[in-house]
This record gives sequence, structure tokens and C-alpha cells, in this order.
Amino acid sequence: MSDQNTNPRTEWPLWEIFIRGQHGMSHRHVGSLHAPDAEMAIKNARDVYTRRNEGVSIWVVEAEKITASSPSDKGPMYEPSQSKVYRHPTFFDIPDDVGAM
Amino acid sequence: MGDHLFEFLLRQGDNTLILSHRISEWCGHAPIIEEDIALANIALDLLGQTQMWLGLAAEVEGAGRSADDLAMLRDAWDFRNSILVERPNGDFGQTMMRQFLFDAYHVELLNKLVNSADERIAAIAAKSLKEVEYHVERSASTVIALGDGSEESHARMQAALDDQWTFAGELFETDAGDHALNDAGIAPLPSSLRVGFEVRAMAVLGDATLIIPETTFAHSGGRSGKRHSEHLGHLLTQMQWLQRAYPGATW
Amino acid sequence: MYAQMVKSENTDSGPELDAFQARIDAGEKIEPKDWMPAGYRKTLIRQISQHAHSEIVGQLPEGNWITRAPTLERKAILLAKVQDEAGHGLYLYCAAETLGVSRDELTEMLLDGRMKYSSIFNYPTLTWADIGAIGWLVDGAAIMNQVPLQRTSYGPYARAMVRICKEESFHQRQGYDIMMKMAQGSEAQKRMAQDALNRYWYPSLMMFGPSDKESVHSAQSMKWRIKINSNDELRQKFVDQTVPQAEYLGLTVPDDNLRLNPETGHYEFSEPDWTEFFEVLNGNGPCNKERLEARNKAWDDGQWVRDGMMAHARKKAARAAASKVAAE
Repeated sequence: MSDQNTNPRTEWPLWEIFIRGQHGMSHRHVGSLHAPDAEMAIKNARDVYTRRNEGVSIWVVEAEKITASSPSDKGPMYEPSQSKVYRHPTFFDIPDDVGAM
Repeated sequence: MGDHLFEFLLRQGDNTLILSHRISEWCGHAPIIEEDIALANIALDLLGQTQMWLGLAAEVEGAGRSADDLAMLRDAWDFRNSILVERPNGDFGQTMMRQFLFDAYHVELLNKLVNSADERIAAIAAKSLKEVEYHVERSASTVIALGDGSEESHARMQAALDDQWTFAGELFETDAGDHALNDAGIAPLPSSLRVGFEVRAMAVLGDATLIIPETTFAHSGGRSGKRHSEHLGHLLTQMQWLQRAYPGATW
Repeated sequence: MYAQMVKSENTDSGPELDAFQARIDAGEKIEPKDWMPAGYRKTLIRQISQHAHSEIVGQLPEGNWITRAPTLERKAILLAKVQDEAGHGLYLYCAAETLGVSRDELTEMLLDGRMKYSSIFNYPTLTWADIGAIGWLVDGAAIMNQVPLQRTSYGPYARAMVRICKEESFHQRQGYDIMMKMAQGSEAQKRMAQDALNRYWYPSLMMFGPSDKESVHSAQSMKWRIKINSNDELRQKFVDQTVPQAEYLGLTVPDDNLRLNPETGHYEFSEPDWTEFFEVLNGNGPCNKERLEARNKAWDDGQWVRDGMMAHARKKAARAAASKVAAE
């Protein structure tokens, strides 16, 4: 326990786990876990988060490496898009006679 | 051939049954939750393999016994697992070392059995192989991490290797029955698996900075059933308790 | 429940608090980086970790029978179930960690007795029927509480509960399945099943905690939506659901006062012995000592493993960094 690399009583870092399921959807955050490094994090994710056949691909990211938006920015970040209703197809009235569009 | 085949199937099923049992003893007691869950997965895989191997053994025997009968109602001398897997868990390092040595053998064996002339065996091997390829990857990386970890973990892993190495040899023991099965294209000679095992073991144990003991001695007596260790009987008294105490009951 | 007698804290006031409460009342989820009252944070940490500790300690009574399960299939089912408990502990610890505590800290508080876990796991599993009874009664009681918690106000907690509820759905069924086999089995098996019900009935009722009619903590927690139903409400629901299931098995609920009130449509039943409950919570249950000893041993014995693997990860990272420098 004396070499410099060894600092006993250090908790394994926390990793965020993202899994892509069977159906071609994008990776989705499923939870977190602890692991000493990225390779073990992937193995642990396989054992913890795919016990019920949930996934075909795993991403792991060390939790502290994630940059998150700040909740106080919620207004400026997300509200401006609320008024751009024309971005949604339901904004436009197309007569039924035109058929599927 | 029937007897040889039955014996062969018992050897597969007993190895997976007894090792699975040992690993399941860790449930709730592992060093960290992630390892607890991972160990349970390995135990569950091996238990599933046991159901297939002993199920086929029962079918081949044709004496009206089930996989459960074979697991729960035989006494120690009828078990055909190698002594390695019946040894007590020891510390986590010993468990992982035993796991790696067994996995490294197991993956070699299954890689051959997928081409067995007996389609039932080939099918079981194909399903098992996918599981065991992961087992060996995980146990190898754990052995490497702990071997090449702290001073204490290194010392413990070296002690584990020194302790287990002489029990690995039995996995490659080859008898007349093995030759008969090999001639029929059903199963490889265990002795033929040794090279692949050693290549992998040397690579992994090398990365783990561990030294393989210089001995050619190998304990034996498990796979022939001639002389198990004392540990097996104690394991069976637990595993078989309910079936023995309440004969004929359905659970 | 898995989190019993959780003391709530309420020290904040002011406009931020009003806005916070308004969000909760509007059914919004509170997320880790959002402002939250210190009391909310503290109460949640306590509640979520108590729940997590219960899952981890809860592995032990059932784990006690993994090596003695009667068939290969039962063994696989039980092992998978106890493994799920470990998983649920893990999800919950992760939810607690989003509140600014580390899992190791929480673990140490469990191990030295500063934090509690559910009283139910201090009862022994003496026969195989106990494994059935735990699945049927204990998981049945837990589900009563966990299903509504999927709508709790704290996002990470709610999401953990969604995952847990999805996975738990087989737990109660496997327990009842064991009980059915035994209730239809030999005389000895029937006796075993009845004995398990006798021993686990009242401890299961205790899981919901004492009546919280008068409890200030409960009122605060309900306002914050980290507690959804009252203890009595859930206990009544549990009894109403479970009694007919016992009857179907041909087993007798050990309560002479049990009767269906035709007017309310609910069962009337005896209260558990609350003195026993408090004794168990305070460390005097039949297995408190063994449970904590087992967890302490696992943790202490595992220290070198956790340290060793971390040491390896650091060495590997250092080597990778060095070879990158060398290549440049």
C-alpha cells in the first residue's frame, strides 16, 4: 500500500451509463454506477443495466466530465422556441381533400 | 459409448453446478455492489448451463431421473466435477483466480464442443460459449487489475495463484472415455486444450505481474470421482438439504 | 416501509421556498441542479439512503437460502431476485448521490449504525417457506409504497423507482408461487407455509411504520411529494389485498380480530406490537447484530479489492499518459 499511485480509501468514480436498445433508437441515459476505470465501467454497465436484455451498445462517461446546462438559464435556453409554432406540422391547415401529407 | 457420454455430461454439468454454487455464496457479501451483481450473473449463467448439461445427462441415462435428481440426490462419490471448483471461496482474490483458471479452460473446451458430432452437445456449447467468453474477459481483467494493483492486492493474487495452480491441472486429465468420445468426434481430448489454456493464462498472468509456480504436479480425483476433497460433502449437505429432508416433495 | 420513520427537516422560508412549493404543486420534477430547500435535500438523502440500505441488507435474509434452494430452477430464480435487490440498492444510492453525498459516506453511516434500514430485514429466514413469505408479503408491502413513489417530486428518485418497480414485478409473484406449491404440498410443507405466515404477518404490517395521523414529518414529506400516501392508508390497502390471497392458499392470517367490515368493504385487523417494532429499530431485533456484522465484514474484507482495482486504474492511466507524451 506504499507506492505513490496507491491512495487507499478512495471511492471508485461515478460513471453515467447510456444504452442503445434493440430497436435502433439513440443511446439513452439509464443510470449510473461506480467503476475504477472506463473499461470496468462498461463491464459493470453490462452486468448492472442489461440484465433484462435491454441493450446492444453501451456508452460510459465519467460523471464529473459532463457539462450540464444550468437550471437558472431555463427561460432563455428553452422558452424562445415555444413561440416558433410554425416549426411543427400541426401549425398548417391542409384540407382533407389534399390527402396524406 | 453411452456410459462414456453420460460420464462426460456429468463432468460438464457438475463443474458448472458446483462452481455456480460456490459463486452464489458471494451474493450479498461481495466487496462492492457492482461486483456482487456481476458475480450473480456468472453464477446464473453457470446454473443455466447446468440445467442443460444435467438435463441431457438424464436423457442419455434414460433411467427416469431429472436434472434436479442428478443435482440433489447423488452423493459425493458420484459427482464428477474437478476439485478446483469445489474448493471454498477464500478471499475475493482466490475466487477470481479460480474463476479465471476455470474460464480459461472452459472457453477452450466450448470452442471445440460447438463442432461436436452430437448436435445436442454442440447446441449447449454454442449457447454457453457466448456466456463464457464474457466470463473469461471479466475474470481476466479482474485478475490483471488486482495482480497489478496495490502491493497488498498483488501479494494476495500471487498467493491465490500459488494456491490454485496445482488444482487446474485436473481439468486436462484424459482417460479412456475421453479417447472414445474424441474418436467419435463428440468431444476433444482434454489434454488437447492445455496449449490454448496456457497461452491465455501466461498472457493474463503476465499482465497481472504474477509468477506461475514452477511445478508440474496436479491434484486429481474429482473428475474421475475417485477422491474428492472433504469440501464437496459439506457443500452437498447444504445444497441437497431440502430434497433429502423431505423426500418426494414438490417445491 | 423500506424507509420508516424518516424525520423530515423544514428550516427554510421565503420567496424561493414558495416558488419551489409551487413547482411541486404543479407536478413538476425537481432535478439535481435545481434550487431546493436544505430540509428537502436532507430529508431526501435520509429517505433514499434508508431505502437503499434496506435493499442491500435485504439481500441477506433471502441470500441465506440461495445455497439451500430445493431445485435448480428455484435457485436461479432466488439468485436473480436477490441480485435485483443489489441492483435496486445501487440505483437508489446513485439517486442519493445526485444530492451531494457519496455512496461510501452513506455506506459508512449504515455500517456504524448512524443510518437505519427497514425493520423487516432483522427477522430470520428459518425455512424455505420464509422465502415464499418474503416475496409474497414483504415485497407485496414494498410494492404498495414503491408504485406511488414513481411519481415522487425528485426526478432521480422517481426514475430509480420506475426502474425498480418494473424489475420488482416478478418478485411478489415468485414468492406467492412458492407459497402455492407449499400450501398444496405435503403436510410438512403446509405447516411450514403456515408457520412462515405466522412469523411474517405482523413484521410485514410494521413495514408501513406506526400510524402517522399525528406526525408532523409525514405532513411535511407529503407536501414535498416525497411521501405520497399515509402509513395507515397503505397498511389498509395491503391487508385488503393480502387476506384473500391467504384464503386462496388455505392459510390462516394469525389475527383473531380480523374481519371484513361489510359497510366499508375493508378488513378490520389487529395492530402489530409497536413495542417490538421500536426494539427492532433500536437494534434489538432477532438478527440486527448478524445483519450489520455481515455487511461490515463484506465491506472490510473488500477494502483491499476496491483499493487494488483503483490502484491499477491509476497506474494504467499514468502509463497511457506517459506513452502519449513519449509519442509526441
